[in-house]
Amino acid sequence: MPEIKVTPLGAGQDVGRSCILVSIGGKNVMLDCGMHMGFNDDRRFPDFSYITQNGRLTEFLDCVIVSHFHLDHCGALPYMSEMVGYDGPIYMTHPTKAICPILLEDFRKITVDKKGETNFFTSQMIKDCMKKVTAVNLHQTVQVDDELEIKAYYAGHVLGAAMFQIKVGAESVVYTGDYNMTPDRHLGAAWIDKCRPDIVISESTYATTIRDSKRCRERDFLKKVHETVERGGKVLIPVFALGRAQELCILLETFWERMNLKAPIYFSTGLTEKANHYYKLFITWTNQKIRKTFVQRNMFEFKHIKPFDRSYTDNPGPMVVFATPGMLHAGQSLQIFKKWAGNDKNMVILPGYCVQGTVGYKILNGQRKLEMEGRNTLEVKMQVEYMSFSAHADAKGIMQLIRMAEPRNVLLVHGEAKKMEFLKQKIEQEFSVNCYMPANGETTTITTNPNIPVDISLSLLKRESVPGALPDPKKPRIMHGTLIMKDNSLRLVSSEQALKELGLVEHHLRFTCRVHIQDPHSEQDTLNKIYSHLKTVLKDSSIQHLPDGTLMVESILIKVSTASEDPSTKILLVSWTYQDEELGSYLSTLLRKGLPSS
Amino acid sequence: MAAHLKKRVYEEFSKVVQQQQLEDFPAKRLRLTKPSKSAALHIDLCKATNSTDALQYLVQFARKPVEAESVEGVVRILLEFYYKETDSSVRLKIASLLGVLSKTHGFSPDCIVDDVINTLNNEKSHQVLAQLLDTLLVIGVQLPESQTIRVRLVEVACRHLTDTSFGVRNKCLQLMGFLGTVEKQSSKEMECLPVQDVQKIIGDHFSDQDPRVRTAAIKAMLQLHERGMKLQQNIYSQACKLLTDDYEQVRSAAVQLVWVLSQLYPESIVPIPSSNEEIRLVDDAFGKICHMVNDGSWVVRVQAAKLLGSMQQVSVHFLEQTLDKKLMSDLRRKRTAHERAKELYSSGEFSSGRKWADDAPKEKIDTGAVNLIDSGACGAFVHGLEDEMFEVRIAAVEAVCTLAQASASFAEKCLDFLVDMFNDEIEEVRLQSIHVLRQISKQITLREDQLDTVLAVLEDSSRDIREALHELLCYTNVSTKECIQLALVELLKNLSKYPTDRNSVWKCLKFLGSRHPTLVLPLVPELLSTHPFFDTPEPDMDDPAYIAVLVLVFNAAKSCPTMSALFSDHTFRHYAYLRDSLSHLVPPLRLPGRKLTCVSDLESVASSEESSQQFLQQSLERVYIIQHLEAQGTLELLDFTIRDLKRLGELQPELAGASDFSATYLHCQLLLMKGLQEKLWNISAPLYVKQNAMASAVVQQILEETYKLEFLYSGLENRQVAIIHHVRLQAKALQLVLSARTSRGVEPLLNICEKFLQDVDAFQRCFSTELPHFQESFVEKLLELMPRLVTCNPMDLVKILQTTLRQSGFLHLKLPEQIHKATATIIEPTGESDNPLRFTSGLVVALDIDATLDHVQDPQSSVKVQVVYPDGHAHTIRPKPTDFRNPGPGRHRLITQVYLSHSAWTEPCQIDVQLHLAYNSSKCQINSPKSAWNDSTEVLQATENCIEGSIPLSKPVKVYIMPKPARR
Repeated sequence: MPEIKVTPLGAGQDVGRSCILVSIGGKNVMLDCGMHMGFNDDRRFPDFSYITQNGRLTEFLDCVIVSHFHLDHCGALPYMSEMVGYDGPIYMTHPTKAICPILLEDFRKITVDKKGETNFFTSQMIKDCMKKVTAVNLHQTVQVDDELEIKAYYAGHVLGAAMFQIKVGAESVVYTGDYNMTPDRHLGAAWIDKCRPDIVISESTYATTIRDSKRCRERDFLKKVHETVERGGKVLIPVFALGRAQELCILLETFWERMNLKAPIYFSTGLTEKANHYYKLFITWTNQKIRKTFVQRNMFEFKHIKPFDRSYTDNPGPMVVFATPGMLHAGQSLQIFKKWAGNDKNMVILPGYCVQGTVGYKILNGQRKLEMEGRNTLEVKMQVEYMSFSAHADAKGIMQLIRMAEPRNVLLVHGEAKKMEFLKQKIEQEFSVNCYMPANGETTTITTNPNIPVDISLSLLKRESVPGALPDPKKPRIMHGTLIMKDNSLRLVSSEQALKELGLVEHHLRFTCRVHIQDPHSEQDTLNKIYSHLKTVLKDSSIQHLPDGTLMVESILIKVSTASEDPSTKILLVSWTYQDEELGSYLSTLLRKGLPSS
Repeated sequence: MAAHLKKRVYEEFSKVVQQQQLEDFPAKRLRLTKPSKSAALHIDLCKATNSTDALQYLVQFARKPVEAESVEGVVRILLEFYYKETDSSVRLKIASLLGVLSKTHGFSPDCIVDDVINTLNNEKSHQVLAQLLDTLLVIGVQLPESQTIRVRLVEVACRHLTDTSFGVRNKCLQLMGFLGTVEKQSSKEMECLPVQDVQKIIGDHFSDQDPRVRTAAIKAMLQLHERGMKLQQNIYSQACKLLTDDYEQVRSAAVQLVWVLSQLYPESIVPIPSSNEEIRLVDDAFGKICHMVNDGSWVVRVQAAKLLGSMQQVSVHFLEQTLDKKLMSDLRRKRTAHERAKELYSSGEFSSGRKWADDAPKEKIDTGAVNLIDSGACGAFVHGLEDEMFEVRIAAVEAVCTLAQASASFAEKCLDFLVDMFNDEIEEVRLQSIHVLRQISKQITLREDQLDTVLAVLEDSSRDIREALHELLCYTNVSTKECIQLALVELLKNLSKYPTDRNSVWKCLKFLGSRHPTLVLPLVPELLSTHPFFDTPEPDMDDPAYIAVLVLVFNAAKSCPTMSALFSDHTFRHYAYLRDSLSHLVPPLRLPGRKLTCVSDLESVASSEESSQQFLQQSLERVYIIQHLEAQGTLELLDFTIRDLKRLGELQPELAGASDFSATYLHCQLLLMKGLQEKLWNISAPLYVKQNAMASAVVQQILEETYKLEFLYSGLENRQVAIIHHVRLQAKALQLVLSARTSRGVEPLLNICEKFLQDVDAFQRCFSTELPHFQESFVEKLLELMPRLVTCNPMDLVKILQTTLRQSGFLHLKLPEQIHKATATIIEPTGESDNPLRFTSGLVVALDIDATLDHVQDPQSSVKVQVVYPDGHAHTIRPKPTDFRNPGPGRHRLITQVYLSHSAWTEPCQIDVQLHLAYNSSKCQINSPKSAWNDSTEVLQATENCIEGSIPLSKPVKVYIMPKPARR
């Protein structure tokens, strides 16, 4: 039996460092190549030595697929391709290819320039790595080699995020990457067709959560901002540069437009400006509203949102500022926070999760006095709000995607083990398919039952599948033909053609049997009796007398002769070809039982 | 056979020629050289050497219509060629032509059924087969009465169901859907034919291997249902299976089928698979369709969401599930934001003191009890309203609306979700949800937190949204006085931000006040800022915000007599002022120490309406006594009646349409009388140039009035239109007579006479059903004399007309049930501004126009804006169709921009802006092609067979503009 093997090198019962190996139909594919944010040592990158003890990866991997530009999905890419060594193809979508190097460069800068690490990949390596990337479009089937093909589906989550179907022959795997089943202000919802893959490898970040409608959260957010601005207060929104930031920008921009508000909105410059540029370009990847209106105005060409300058911090009057980083632990957002924290008219809205130890975490937990460096304390009088805008599918969304794709197996990655356990149980219960949740380095093997395609000649197919009274596609049909396995191909041809091709002479096989029955009448009468008997039993078949005194049932001959020794015993000669074996043997048993007495 | 056919064809050919020679209409003489279709086709096809040529001929042939009498001949020739033809594309074209031909008006296709069926037998090409079946379908649909043919056709379709091509099977199923017998055959001849169980045969094809055939099968089934056949319940399970089909068109059709079945057998019981329970079919179907709201294809989602709205019989339990979504976070139950808001509200603390983790999950959930994929209706609308495609969201909003109208408890529940939709990113969705909320607002009361969300939208920059919201607030019930205050504050904010909303805001406050008098009462001192001990300064009477407050208070005071005790002196003065200036917003109040001038209770209103109705009838009857147009008293009587009716229209807005209509009609009659006055006709023409000019002016005026009568009023019946046309005909006759008198010689008259006779002819054709009502009338006499008129020379014709005109009686006008006059009011610009609109000459300036239109039919195509410059030059502008909004039945709103430009002026000057109703007289005539509207400013422009023009619809508004010379 053919098998599909799946081994997570990262993201197995864990979040971060997504890297999953799939062996399918003799091909090895690496799905995502991410890094772990929580580690600064070797654990940061997936353990590539698992694949090959040392040396280059090229000969072991047929291709690498990157689902989207988040660093936990693409962060290890230059390391793998340039430092470990991989020259094969790398696939990602166009927006991912555009944005990914910006993030990698940023990441490199922070690690090398700020933290002073050595033995890290260089800018040149990022560039070389990106040269190996092939960009794909949505729903475009890319032939990696003769057998392996991949196809991207829209996944929501962030700009350019995609789910990938990997297909070898009849076997296929769908890898979802991160996806979102509910649309947001700038992206649509994930969608996949009923492709019935052998495995769906799905993320499960929110395996145990069912989320409320997004509208309430949006409304709350807008209301808070609006109220503060009307009061003349300043609003600080710490964000990560990409993804949610754009969503919130669009949200505020349209709200400002709708409500005719005048207060300025600023966006801290740098990375985000470049990113916004790409958002403008990849309009086709955004949601319905933006796609429909971009002819009049590209929504990412913000009218109300302007780049931020440090000097604006002290400007009087209301304003809204988006600043990085998102957890208020350093940089511009922290500087602005320090300046504004003392005024109770101001507000800070944390739109995402904050790691323990950061300023964001502290203020969210109600701490009002913060110790800053230099023994200063900072009293926080400004309002602190929390707003969760997450772009992962919740439990319902995951189930919905599985229902859309109708897989034969499900494999969960990118989530916590405990939560996965719950979802696994649910999936097995609701869909009655197997569900797996391997840990890192653990291999899951799934046997598949692939269809074997056979070529059949059209004439044979037509002859054999003449529709009966009812068309019924589900019911298997028996057909007669000869299977020729030659030159690595399978063909089903009619027996005549097979004989011709193989140069064989056709042999006819005929079964004959004699049946003795007791019947005192003349041969002709017996024949008539048999005729009428068969007529009643076999209603559907054609039964006819032949002029030479024989009876023809379909193609079966029945001949009556009188036994030489006993005139009352009649010998029936029944003869049929092997094609009519079924009917023939039935007839012989029927006649053996004798004729009805009347 | 062929020879016979040809002979027949040529016979037809010659016959046609003879017929047409009889006729003497010069316009039709052209046809003389045109041979019969069939003959031409035959010659063409004979000429064709190869199939491409033949195809070309056929394509050309198909472009022209064929007369009913030659269809059969053409069909025979086509069939003859069909059998000869080897190329399947030509056969395909012939087959499609057969279908087109059998649709010819006046041709009964039963004679060609056999031939077409015969062609089916030998056909090998699947495409041609499919086309032939299509032709049969067309034929069958043309012959709805003939049972035998239907049964035969269905039988033919059954035979071809086993075809290997999907196209043929599709057509067969379609044919069965359209022609399958609905009622049991009863007549004797039917019994000998094999009775086909059409439903079963179609049902068998639900599992066809081709999705297109499956779709066709479902569609055929739906077609049967549409035609009145009762579908059997046993196909329900099959239909449910199709809901999980791989192809969207199948699923989409299947959803419809499930819906149809649920409407047919709502109360049947179906088992739930995997358990022993049973539920009602409609509930089961509801659950299944709800499931489809999560489908992968948005087309299906839209379909499902739409259909959900019409499932009224579903149990409340299931209905409420659609808004239910159990939240959880990390396996703990969580409350939705809606629940939290409600709790906050009921605990008495309504503030946004939100902390992190106030949505912290509560109790642990039993892992086994969580159902992630709900088999039932759970959360269907929650998902539908959150869908990524706005089409789905709109469909869901509409469905919620219809369901909420049927169930009060559901209305209560869906409120939160609808209010949430006010923040949708797409304006259409926001607007739709506001409208929906208005429709269900009778059944609900808004909580304060909900009202807060609703009111937040008042700051929207889109005018439509704001006005829809005002409309909503007019109908909203609120529960506390804080709500009223909140609403007032937000409305005043709205007023200061968008001063143009003034009227709409006032109107909104009027309803808010009259709906909640008791809630307004405790707020009055605060609203009017009165103080028990101190006199407060008198507010500015011109402040729109103050007027808004007063409108609210006065309307509340109407049903709350104690309120007036709280008013201060200046409030009473302001009341008197407002009652006069804004009488539509301020109701009459019973104030202490003041006499009520008019007691207008509901009863008196009703009785006064009745009496004016009576008055209208009486005055009309009085006029109808007049038999002869000669008497001196007649003119005076008419004059008085017209004056009375006009005044009545002003006093009673309900009767304005009827009275204006009859007044205008009488005015026409009056004018006609004046034109026909004896004195005029006894004196020879050259001596009385002045009278002639007067008469022709009268004619012109009558014509204008008739166009007003015809196009300005809605609700006219055919009879009134006929009377109007009759008056017009009289006017035209008068015109003819006048021109005969003034012009010398017969030559110029010929054309006019010709035209007049054509008009009479057209009148007879259009209103043949109404002719019995025209006894003793001008037209009746004219029609009697018609044979003579046609042959006589113009001078005789004029004489006849002159006498008939003067002898003809007065036609009684019967008023239709409902008659409304189209009117328009320009709200903006107001025409009061003294500041000229300055712009550089040669460039354009945009002038905002806001107008309401009442009872205008199809305003998108008929209403124009006319701008008249001081030099008399007029310019007509056609607004975009999207500039018209339809806020209620019979009402339209035009909000548009008009671009003005002019060369430089030395002084600012006023231009007139006016709305016009453009009409096209060809609209009411049969078979005359509608010609495009040309932007002419002439009032009447006579073209060959239709008259276009425009009627002023509103009062002109003056706008002060000043084109400045360009600076260099």
